[in-house]
Amino acid sequence: MSGILQRISMIFRAKTDKALDKLEDPRQTLDYSYQRQLELLQKVRRGVADVATSRKRIELQANQLNTQADKLTMQAQRALEVGREDLAREALTRRSGIQQQLSDLQVQHAQLQSEEEKLTRASQRLQAKVDAFRTRKETIKATYSAAEAQTRINEAFSGISEEMGDVGLAIQRAEDKTAQMQARAGAIDELLASGALEDPTGTAKDDITLELEQLASTSDVENELARMKASLGPGSAAAPQAIEGQQASPGAQQPPGQAPQPPSQAAPPPSLNAQTPQEYQAPPKQDQEAPPAQPQGDLR
Amino acid sequence: MIVRILNEGQWHLTDDAVRGLNSFDDAVEQAVASGDQEQLTKALHTLLDRIRTTGTRLPDDSLEDSDLILPDADSTLEEMRQLLSESEEGLIPG
Repeated sequence: MSGILQRISMIFRAKTDKALDKLEDPRQTLDYSYQRQLELLQKVRRGVADVATSRKRIELQANQLNTQADKLTMQAQRALEVGREDLAREALTRRSGIQQQLSDLQVQHAQLQSEEEKLTRASQRLQAKVDAFRTRKETIKATYSAAEAQTRINEAFSGISEEMGDVGLAIQRAEDKTAQMQARAGAIDELLASGALEDPTGTAKDDITLELEQLASTSDVENELARMKASLGPGSAAAPQAIEGQQASPGAQQPPGQAPQPPSQAAPPPSLNAQTPQEYQAPPKQDQEAPPAQPQGDLR
Repeated sequence: MIVRILNEGQWHLTDDAVRGLNSFDDAVEQAVASGDQEQLTKALHTLLDRIRTTGTRLPDDSLEDSDLILPDADSTLEEMRQLLSESEEGLIPG
């Protein structure tokens, strides 16, 4: 084996040797290395958390896109119900665009998930090795003479350095991938926020909805009118009565939401019903005259 | 002989098993040289599968040096090149 794989192995070994050369005191080597291992372990755990965050974000976006796709399906259905095949076609075209985005997200999601699993495994491996190293470190310190210790330290150190190099690469790779995903996720967020996904042409803001709403409100008005007419009973002559005289049939008071409120109702102040305008105005006059009279009466 | 697969762990292989790996190494080298990602992925997968099936996995807490280090199965050409051109920084922290 002298090809490309050997070269990769040599890179790792060269780095370990170089790192070892920097430190001369065995004790220092052990403690320093252990410190670095703990730091790296922290970094791997942060890496796992970062990847998980990105993964969750993609899941959220996929949910949003799914909602959009469902909405477009419903729009297409409504459009067909009112006989607008052109609108239905447009809605379905947009939905297929969203489905493309969705399948893209699914690929990204799978990639992130696999990164997450790899890092989690790496974290477990490193943890096990760090624990082993700590035990070994204490044994070496306690048991071996200085000369002998150096050999043992080198063994332990190169064993864990290799793992650290491996894990270091894994974190770097995960960070790169996460950064890429975040950039793409950001783009989708913007699309979702601007509503452009609902309208790829960007010319209008969800015109399908607008048009369907118009159609719907027209038919709603018709339906409501029909309902009101029906509730007024057989004679259409009942309608004017109901509007002018408020005491008409109870049925006439039901549809006030739609029916223009009769002006007669709006004009008189709320006190209304039995009182005539004259009776209504009278009390204030009495009040104004009364005050001077009352104190006199009281005093005498 | 101990072999590390990057991002996966270490395996113990007999000398015989190691001898059988040489041809795979050539395939990987060719793929990198010709810049063929598909071939690289294929070569790496075959190579790593072979190691996983012929080797014995080392426990996580063993502190042993590997004699051979192999790239991740999903490595891209870019990553392979980067690995090979790695200078002193980055790869081994500390």
